[in-house]
Amino acid sequence: MEHYLSLFVRAVFIENLALSFFLGMCTFIAVSQKIKTAFGLGVAVIVVLGISVPVNNLVFNLLLAPGALDWAGFPEADLSFLGFLTYIGVIAALVQILEMTLDKFFPALYNALGIFLPLITVNCAIFGAVAFMVERDYNFGESVVFGLGSGVGWALAITLLAGIREKLKYADIPAGLRGLGSTFLVVGLMGLGFMSFSGVSL
Amino acid sequence: MANAKEIKTVLFGPVFANNPIALQVLGICSALAVTTKMDTALVMCFALTFVVAFSNLFISMIRNHIPSSVRIIVQMTIIASLVIVVDQFLKAFAYDLAKQLSVFVGLIITNCIVMGRAEAYAMKSSPGMSFLDGIGNGLGYSVVLLVVAFIRELGGSGSLFGVQIMPLLSEGGWYQPMGFLLIAPSAFIIIGLFIWVLRAYRPEQVEKA
Repeated sequence: MEHYLSLFVRAVFIENLALSFFLGMCTFIAVSQKIKTAFGLGVAVIVVLGISVPVNNLVFNLLLAPGALDWAGFPEADLSFLGFLTYIGVIAALVQILEMTLDKFFPALYNALGIFLPLITVNCAIFGAVAFMVERDYNFGESVVFGLGSGVGWALAITLLAGIREKLKYADIPAGLRGLGSTFLVVGLMGLGFMSFSGVSL
Repeated sequence: MANAKEIKTVLFGPVFANNPIALQVLGICSALAVTTKMDTALVMCFALTFVVAFSNLFISMIRNHIPSSVRIIVQMTIIASLVIVVDQFLKAFAYDLAKQLSVFVGLIITNCIVMGRAEAYAMKSSPGMSFLDGIGNGLGYSVVLLVVAFIRELGGSGSLFGVQIMPLLSEGGWYQPMGFLLIAPSAFIIIGLFIWVLRAYRPEQVEKA
C-alpha cells in the first residue's frame, strides 16, 4: 500500500508530466486560457490516462514482450519493436470507444468532455505516460496508480496555469512578450515551484 | 516542379519567418527534455527532420488514394512506422544515446509538427515540395532546439558536445556552473526569452493584447 501511495505522490508532484517532462505542452499552452475549459480537459486526461496506461500494460505484457506469446505457441517471438505502433493504435481506439460510450450512457458527461476527447488522442502526455510505463517495467497495479497519478498531476498543472493566466490578462506586458512568451515564463516559474516537492522524501 | 523562389520560401520560411515552435506552438512536447546536452539535442533534430521529411513525402505520394474519413489513422501509421525505423536504428548504432533519449524518440509520433505538416501541407502538395517543406520545418525545429541546448550545456556544465570549454571550479578551473540551467524549468524560460527576441525583430508576430 505504501509503495502505491508513494508512486502516486511521485507521479502527481515530483515527476509531473507537464512541468518536468514537458509532455502535452501543445494543448497545455493552447487550452489554458480559461479555468473552466482547462479543468474539463484535465478531467478528460485523467480518465483517458487512467484507462489507457493499464490497458497498454496488459497489451505489452500479454502480446508484445519477449516470450509473451508463449501461450500461442511462439515462445521465441519478440514483438516489442511494434510497440509504438500498437500503443498509438490502442490509445486512438480507446478514445473513440470512450467517446461513444459516454455519448450513449452518460450524455451529461459527454457534453462536458465531448470537445476535448478527440484532442487527447494526439496529446503527448498520454503516449509519454504509456512509454514511461513500459520503460520502467511497471506491473499492472503500479500502472493503474501511475496512470491516475500522472493524470491528476497534469490536470492540476493546467488548472493552475489557467488560473494564473486569467489574472495575467490585466497585467501590462511588453509587446513582444504578450501571449506565448509570458506563458512560457509563467510555466517556467511554476516548474520551479513544483521542483520544491522533490525535497520530499518518500 | 516549382521555381527556385518558391523552393526557397518552402525550405527556409519555417526557420525564422514562420518558425513551428516559436510561432505556431507546435512540437515543444518532446523537444525540451532532451536539451540539457548538445549531442542528444542534435540526434533528436536529425531524427525529427528525417521523420517529418519522409512522412511528408510518403503521405503526399499517396494523398490522392487516402479516403478522407480515415486519413488520420493512415498518417499515424506511416509516421509510427518511420519512428520505429529511427528508434531501431539508434538502438543498433548509438545505444548510449538511445538510452539517454529514452522515451523521447517514441514521442516524435505525437509531435504536433509531424502531424501538422502532414495534414496542412502534404495532403495538398506534390511529393517533391512536401519533402522540402518537411526538411524546412525540421530545420526550424532544430534551430530552436540547438540554441536552447547550446545555452543549457555551456552554462550548466561548461561544455559543448561533452568537451569541456570552460574548466569547472570543482576541477580546479574558474567556472562556477549554473545548476539552474540543468533543471527542467530553465528550458521554459529560455524559450520564453527566445520568443521575445524573435518578436522584437519581427513585430508583425506580436499578439494582440
